[in-house]
Amino acid sequence: MQILDYAKEEQKKQEDQKLWDKVINYFRKRSLWMLHYCTGCGAMELPPILTSRWDIERFGVGPMATPRQADILLLTGYVSTNTMKRVIRTYEQMPEPKWVLAFGSCTVNGGMYWDSYNTVNNVGEYIPIDITIAGCMPRPEAILDSMIELMDMIQRGEAKAFQKYKENYSYYKENQDRLFKRTKPVLESSALRYIHDENGGEQ
Amino acid sequence: MVILNILLYAFGSILVGLTFMGIGRKVTARVHLRYGPPFYQSIMDVIKLLSRKSITHNFVMDLGMIMSLAGLIGTMLYVPISGHTAFISNTNIVVIMYLMAIGYLGMAMAVAASGNPNAAIGVSRALTMMLGYEVPFFTVILGLIIFNNSSSVAVIAASQAGSIWNWNIWHMPLGYIAAEITLQAMMGEKPFDAMIAPAEIASGPMVELSGKYLGLGFLTHAVSIFVETGLIVNFFFGGGANPIDFVLKQLGVYLVAVIFDNIFPRYKIEQAVKFLWIFPMGLAVVQLLLLAF
Repeated sequence: MQILDYAKEEQKKQEDQKLWDKVINYFRKRSLWMLHYCTGCGAMELPPILTSRWDIERFGVGPMATPRQADILLLTGYVSTNTMKRVIRTYEQMPEPKWVLAFGSCTVNGGMYWDSYNTVNNVGEYIPIDITIAGCMPRPEAILDSMIELMDMIQRGEAKAFQKYKENYSYYKENQDRLFKRTKPVLESSALRYIHDENGGEQ
Repeated sequence: MVILNILLYAFGSILVGLTFMGIGRKVTARVHLRYGPPFYQSIMDVIKLLSRKSITHNFVMDLGMIMSLAGLIGTMLYVPISGHTAFISNTNIVVIMYLMAIGYLGMAMAVAASGNPNAAIGVSRALTMMLGYEVPFFTVILGLIIFNNSSSVAVIAASQAGSIWNWNIWHMPLGYIAAEITLQAMMGEKPFDAMIAPAEIASGPMVELSGKYLGLGFLTHAVSIFVETGLIVNFFFGGGANPIDFVLKQLGVYLVAVIFDNIFPRYKIEQAVKFLWIFPMGLAVVQLLLLAF
């Protein structure tokens, strides 16, 4: 019942979109700047979609060098526990509205590294993801398709994962903390701990 | 009436500059054998940026962004568009040269206030580049002032009226080449784009600008394109019979710069300043000597 109510509420919200929101959403969807956090092999699929064959700039999508200016965060491939800290930090630096696009099966369930000790299975538990693209690796066509789907979602006002992150922050924070407890910085491993402590004692 | 005039000039130049940026992106895409974004892409980018949330670091950052935009719009009001200016003045080259620096200094102030080391590096590079291009450009302008016995842009533009063969580009070709090279540096196009350098210093001055601040930066860049190409058109291409003619000539000048931008790699900053002080400066000095004697 709760789920149905939630769906109805969402439907109502979309219908209630004001004209101003519709106009702004049009400009937002036509100018998406992406920050690619390239962790795995998915990065290889980005040059083809940027260059002459699948030129994605015709939709106004382009690469950006800093998280301050980016609209989309691309997570391409598996994320390890240490990388996750940087991903979260990058994501939280981006100003709103922001969206996350996750590539390939590694971000969904760990992919071929699902039983590895340091790979994150299901990135969606730690940061909110708007669209996940299946495949290992997804073809450039799939990436283009997901971009167009994201544009449609933005126009309809459905792509609101960043609000989900704010509203359910305790859930995400708990998951993140549990993950980071598993990892220890390399410098604090047993052989180096003594020297490190003597020099500054900073953890 | 005066305020209306100023608003008209400001919005007109911003719109023209943004459209030029879009056309430049389209041309770049065609050089890469891509289809490219629509020509109004930059306008959509700016509207999106102005609607985003943004991060400010302190008051100086807000002030600096406004100062840079206001400085360049102030410059634009003195650039005659086919004989019309917002403010009538008969020594406006001096005013233009003086005010143009304010735009860049405001940008430097804003991004240096953000405290990001990449931004500081980018700004120091941009100001070093300014040192490189202003000396040859002023030398060319000195030649123009001597040639026309006037320091008014409108008089220089009007003196070339009549036929194409009256244009200064035929009277002082060496000066034109020097001005064209310095224009490339002024607009931050390759080979003089060491201050932007996304691969090395993450967009340099723009690294900490987000949302509305980056939108203001876009507007500043649009006005600076308008001012710089407008100056070249007034100095070397005879101004323009009407505003449309003027804008088309500006577009020609801008597209030449964009095509050069696409075929060159990047100079390091010290190489760029060295190049600017040897070749365009040499051409400008030779031109000045030819005019003087």
